[in-house]
Amino acid sequence: MNPNSVEVLLVEDNINDAELTIRELRKHHMANNLFHVKDGEEALDFIFGTGKFADSRDLLCKPKVVLLDIQMPKVNGIEVLQKVKSDARTRATPVVILTSSKEDPDIQKCYDLGANSYIVKPVNFESFAEAIKNLGFYWLLLNQQPT
Amino acid sequence: MFFKDIPIRRKLMRGIVLICGMVLLVTCISFFGYELYVFRKSTKEKLSTIGKIIAANSTAALAFDSHEDAKEILAALRTEPNIVSAALYDQNGKLFSWYPANRDIREFPEKPGTMQFRLSHNFLEGFQPVAQDKKQLGYLYLKSDLGGMYERFRVFGVVAAFVIILSFLLAWLLSKLLQKSISNPILALAETAKMISEQQDYSVRAVKLGQDELGSLTDAFNNMLTQIEQQNLKLHEFNQNLEMKVKERTIQLESVNKELEAFSYSISHDLRAPLRGIIGFTTILEEDYSSKLDDEARRITAVIRNNTLKMGHLIDDLLTFSRMGRQDIIKTIVHTDQMIEEIIREVVPENRMGKISWVLHPVPDVQGDINALRQVWINLISNAVKYSGNREQPKIEIGSVRERGQTVFFVKDNGVGFDEKYKDKLFRVFQRLHSADEFEGTGVGLAIVEKITSKHGGRVWAEGTLNKGAAFYFTLPDF
Repeated sequence: MNPNSVEVLLVEDNINDAELTIRELRKHHMANNLFHVKDGEEALDFIFGTGKFADSRDLLCKPKVVLLDIQMPKVNGIEVLQKVKSDARTRATPVVILTSSKEDPDIQKCYDLGANSYIVKPVNFESFAEAIKNLGFYWLLLNQQPT
Repeated sequence: MFFKDIPIRRKLMRGIVLICGMVLLVTCISFFGYELYVFRKSTKEKLSTIGKIIAANSTAALAFDSHEDAKEILAALRTEPNIVSAALYDQNGKLFSWYPANRDIREFPEKPGTMQFRLSHNFLEGFQPVAQDKKQLGYLYLKSDLGGMYERFRVFGVVAAFVIILSFLLAWLLSKLLQKSISNPILALAETAKMISEQQDYSVRAVKLGQDELGSLTDAFNNMLTQIEQQNLKLHEFNQNLEMKVKERTIQLESVNKELEAFSYSISHDLRAPLRGIIGFTTILEEDYSSKLDDEARRITAVIRNNTLKMGHLIDDLLTFSRMGRQDIIKTIVHTDQMIEEIIREVVPENRMGKISWVLHPVPDVQGDINALRQVWINLISNAVKYSGNREQPKIEIGSVRERGQTVFFVKDNGVGFDEKYKDKLFRVFQRLHSADEFEGTGVGLAIVEKITSKHGGRVWAEGTLNKGAAFYFTLPDF
């Protein structure tokens, strides 16, 4: 996939969660331009066109939404969020935090750092599917981004 | 102003001057009395002596009936200026001769009276017999004025007044000096005490002005101050130690609390993720391979999903329970009526709403943690709804009773109730009185209710009869 045509960047280290998310988005034809990275380091490389994306990424082409897990190896979601929101080139990119827990002590911190949404992934699959569907519809179809 | 309220200085001065005045007065009165007595006595004796001399001289004049001689003898009284008049009477009591000779005879007594001298008004007067060789010849009358005595008393009074005034003056001056030696140490002590209480400085000491009782008092006062100072020092040290200990413990507690928070976070995060996987992939199995699954297989996948969901609820409830235990209570005014209405709308499934007959009494607003109290009402109301679910006509009553210092809230239902002998188990974590087949639940809800009410300073209890219904009560203290 051409990294410059990516609409959804999914940052998720749990492959099962990733599979369920992708499956639900695909069900509603919203996963065509989805790119999945498995940790924060890879996510930053993609977003800022560094590392293995140094040659292929054009920073002017931004994803419509970044779905970001918090608990990840190497670089966690908070750090990714901080870097994205403190850089003028990427600040406008919507970042939706996806986490397993409402106990998360970082929920306030995420909003302070400029997270656009904070979603607790429900254990119940039906609710989970519903949440992912709504999320996709909202950020990919409803939400208008600066051009 | 009462005597007890005037300053010590003036009290002392007044006391000294008063005592001095009393002593002088008593002394003067005694002297005066004595003086009066002595003067009267001596005047009487003198008059009596003069009388005897005159009487002796008059015997011849009376015996020979010589008026001329008698007049001459009486005229000798000129040398005694105090004797204002005198008279001689013959043995028949008839006025014979008188002195001064030019005075009207009506001013003399007509007849001789009692033979002795008596004080009458301002005069001393009396009669004396004139006799020779036991032969009564006549009587002598003498009258003396007391002018001398009064003169003497006037001088005495003037001197006494002068002495009294002088003594008062001296007493006043002395008292002024004397009172200083008593009142100064007391005033100094009072001043020191005042200064200490105002400035809270217990290192100040009162100055000792002498070795008398006031000196001892000052010493005792200073000793007391030393003791207070030492105790303050000890208290201060003790406080500091205590503060250090509290700080240490707080740090320990904070770290334990942080660990607990991290622990519950990882539990909620790491335990929920696999559960989502199990449910998610079971659902995929059901959806994508439905043609290959028979009814039994579908029943089994449903069991897997249900159990996993239950596990999810259990984790959520446990986390709520542990969070309620750790979180501080933030008190605000809670509008209970409004809260109950909202919760009923939220927790009661739509298809059950119409079946239940609600009896909602007005309940008072309270002060408490809004989220925690919301959790209490959610748990109690959803329990009532759940356990009255199999009734033909479920009835739920919510209300409150005012008691002294607290309000008792209750939620009553006519559901399955419970056996009273197990009522102590109701509020323990994971304790259930019904199987999961009959009623779903994790056994944490009432434990959460108990924890929240006790954190609010209230308590919770239940009454119930098997198959008749249950009533849950909790109290909240007045704000």
